[in-house]
Amino acid sequence: MLNLLKQPWPWYTSGTAIAFIMVLLLFYGKSFGFSSNLRTLCTLAGAGKKVKFFDFDWRTQKWNLLFLMGAVLGGIIASTVLKSEQPLQLSEATIKDLQTLGINFDGQLNPAQLFGFDFITSPKGFLILLLGGILVGFGARYAGGCTSGHAISGLSNMQIPSLLAVIGFFIGGLVMTHFLLPIIF
Amino acid sequence: MKGFKYITAGILFGLIMAKSEAISWYRIQEMFRFQSFHMYGIIFTAVILGAIAVYLIKKFRVRDTQGNVITFKAKNRTLSRYMIGGTIFGLGWALTGACPGPMFVNVGFGYWTMLIVIFGSLIGTYFYGVIIDKLPH
Repeated sequence: MLNLLKQPWPWYTSGTAIAFIMVLLLFYGKSFGFSSNLRTLCTLAGAGKKVKFFDFDWRTQKWNLLFLMGAVLGGIIASTVLKSEQPLQLSEATIKDLQTLGINFDGQLNPAQLFGFDFITSPKGFLILLLGGILVGFGARYAGGCTSGHAISGLSNMQIPSLLAVIGFFIGGLVMTHFLLPIIF
Repeated sequence: MKGFKYITAGILFGLIMAKSEAISWYRIQEMFRFQSFHMYGIIFTAVILGAIAVYLIKKFRVRDTQGNVITFKAKNRTLSRYMIGGTIFGLGWALTGACPGPMFVNVGFGYWTMLIVIFGSLIGTYFYGVIIDKLPH
């Protein structure tokens, strides 16, 4: 059993489990949406004193912060007791494409070239990760949600605005992948 | 402890994201290059099962654990915020390979450098709050 759990999980178990989590949170009287935690964290840091958008009772979002803590714990478990010994099975075409960008596939979840100590301590590396984060945080709040809130919760509820947001996610993602990454790297 | 159920749900979420490699920068690149079904499979399965569940919840007026009928808030029917905000999000998603959930799962997994991305996302969120009135919604 443990060996089975240690293997990388196929997409259908993952998709099923995500739908299960969404329904579970609905049963708890909440709605699945991760990026609102970023707003709550800003409020906890004191942003509510200066900016109206952050002036709300963060206790109503306490459950979501606990969910966030759980997510970190889940990551710890996945990298320890349930760690897979196999390298990631990335498609050959992607490996080749990334090589032309100068990024070598190393079989891990994330390239050491992008998230390793050498890269992040270089001004360029630090700025890339910081700017990427700024775009994600700004975009998620502007769009009123991220992948969990729009792509999963919103689409499951047939919300046209969520479909528009997801189309936006892909437009931005495709522009970055095909036009900007070759310039950046 | 009342909050235990949320931590448990979060653990399950983190485990799934990590074990199915949805927190992988490589997998996100593969998705935006249309070179594997993996990420699409995850999203489609979740949405199709989620839609069936939402349909059944509405049809049978299912109640939550507090006894309230589960309701769904309709999102505002505007265009610009979803298209512009979504596109900005997508730019960052493809660059860092991480959406807000997976950022934190990655930190748990041992990718400490993701803390920079998280820090950036907090700055981005704050910046949105500051200029909210100047943006088309």
